[in-house]
Amino acid sequence: MTVASDPPLRTAKRPNRLFKNMMAKIASIPMILTALVVFVGGTAWTVVYSFTGSRMLPKTKWVGLDQYERLWDSDRWIISIKNLGIYGGCSMVLTLVLGFCLAACLDRKIRFESAFRTIFLYPFALSFVVTGLAWQWILNPDFGLQSVVRGWGWETFTFNPINDPDTVIFGLLIAGLWQGTGLIMCIMLAGLRGIDDDIWNAAKVDGIGTVKTYVVVIIPMMRPVFITALVLIASGIIKLYDLVVAQTGGGPGLSSEVPAKYVIELMFRAQNLGQGFAASSMMLLSVVIILIPWAYLEFGGRKNG
Amino acid sequence: MADITMTGPRGPKPKKAFSRANIFLYGTLIMVSMYYLLPLYVMVVTSLKGMPEIRMGNVFGPPMEITFEPWVKAWSQACTGINCDGLSRGFGNSVRILIPSLLLSVTIASINGYALSNWKFKGSEVFFTILIIGAFIPYQTMLYPIVILLREIGLMGSIGGLVLVHTIFGMPILTLLFRNYFASIPEELFKAARVDGAGFWQIYFQIMLPMALPIFVVAIILQVTGIWNDFLFGVIYTKPSTYPMTVQLNNIVNSVQGIKEYNVNMAATLLTGLVPLIIYFASGKLFVRGIAAGAVKG
Repeated sequence: MTVASDPPLRTAKRPNRLFKNMMAKIASIPMILTALVVFVGGTAWTVVYSFTGSRMLPKTKWVGLDQYERLWDSDRWIISIKNLGIYGGCSMVLTLVLGFCLAACLDRKIRFESAFRTIFLYPFALSFVVTGLAWQWILNPDFGLQSVVRGWGWETFTFNPINDPDTVIFGLLIAGLWQGTGLIMCIMLAGLRGIDDDIWNAAKVDGIGTVKTYVVVIIPMMRPVFITALVLIASGIIKLYDLVVAQTGGGPGLSSEVPAKYVIELMFRAQNLGQGFAASSMMLLSVVIILIPWAYLEFGGRKNG
Repeated sequence: MADITMTGPRGPKPKKAFSRANIFLYGTLIMVSMYYLLPLYVMVVTSLKGMPEIRMGNVFGPPMEITFEPWVKAWSQACTGINCDGLSRGFGNSVRILIPSLLLSVTIASINGYALSNWKFKGSEVFFTILIIGAFIPYQTMLYPIVILLREIGLMGSIGGLVLVHTIFGMPILTLLFRNYFASIPEELFKAARVDGAGFWQIYFQIMLPMALPIFVVAIILQVTGIWNDFLFGVIYTKPSTYPMTVQLNNIVNSVQGIKEYNVNMAATLLTGLVPLIIYFASGKLFVRGIAAGAVKG
């Protein structure tokens, strides 16, 4: 595609090209409208209105950074951010490690590979609501895992991340990992399959062990795959909402609140639009902070080359 | 699982079969498989038990007496608020949301992809870039402007409104999918058609569409699971009478009124997960291709 194939055919020789291309432009109207009105317009609108004192209805009563000050004074928001930090950090590390290890295991020319892959990936087809409700039931303290282990004779066994404010985030994490690692495993597996057999042979000739080859040779080679995986995981973490609603409802108390839930509750339940807009603008800011270095790494260097 | 442990070591290379590495490898995989299979197993088992049996104890135990009553109840009698007509209403809504969303989003995205790869015009790449960046913007920043938009055109709360929302948010990924696919079709084909005097639509319908069938299947798989599993848009842009299945499911299970019927809840959860699961198991490799195409930029 990079080969510049005779440009005269495409440009100069066709006098009616402008007219013909009209059709392409007309056909692209839905895309143009979506990009400009919803994505650019909608985002800009929300950011602009985050500087207003809107409550039930959006209005242009400018209040400066008032909404942001109130946001960062709100305990609920601080808890949400902390929760997302813990969940996000653990989820990122564990998803990458688990995803890579599973992919590496499946790449060892094992039998029943496709059966294992099917098992690891099927949760990804399920919604977060289904995931949350399933784990809510398994982690149910009276009938679930805890009671079963106690029934086996370990009377003091306590694992109650649905009702314990200190561990509730890990309850969410167990469910989130169950749903999401399959995807990362698939991406990692595709990356591993893209590595030449010669690399493995060379490592074998040099007498490097399997594990060491992975750490020293393979993982550095798979840097782009890891970055893609990281971006995917990160954008998923920021969107975390349905899982919390289904599994814990943000409880007990406020102990499993997350930012996306804060935004939606303030906008649509508490009738405090300005707060919702400010909180969603903060979410946008965090995405921009993650995305810009990635875009720079991915596209910045390559365009010059 | 027992099957795997039994046959695994009986592989074609008997010398290496019982090596420590192999035992460790299969052991790990089987342990991890249990973590992945456990919730599905527990859901199925619970949904087939009666409430007295559940209260007695072991969630992991198989049902002593199999009953399908929870499934019937979840489908046709479970209550959300004042309505007690079960998940069937949510299922109907989800189907009525899914089909038009699917048709609209796949059609628009395929045309977008086609225009972007074969009929580039000034600014087309800019719009495409905005579209892709838009896929990373948290939905929360666009939720309220869309509420205003839907209110203006009179679609707020209706199924039509949600269809529009799904079409909008499905567009980035699907457009990317189709654009990359059409870009991989040899340009000579397109040029030959142009020389023969075929126009935009003629080339699309007679050449590109028939060649793009595999990617249509991938796009459809992606959208069916995505739209069916959506919760956020459903909860915001619809009203109780048009709630999709996921929202209704959440309302049934997490309702604070009445006695908790765990077996009915699990049957309802499984019913909601059934459509994407069927798609997943039926499509096999195509599903993987769909998510890989969605995940890895072209």
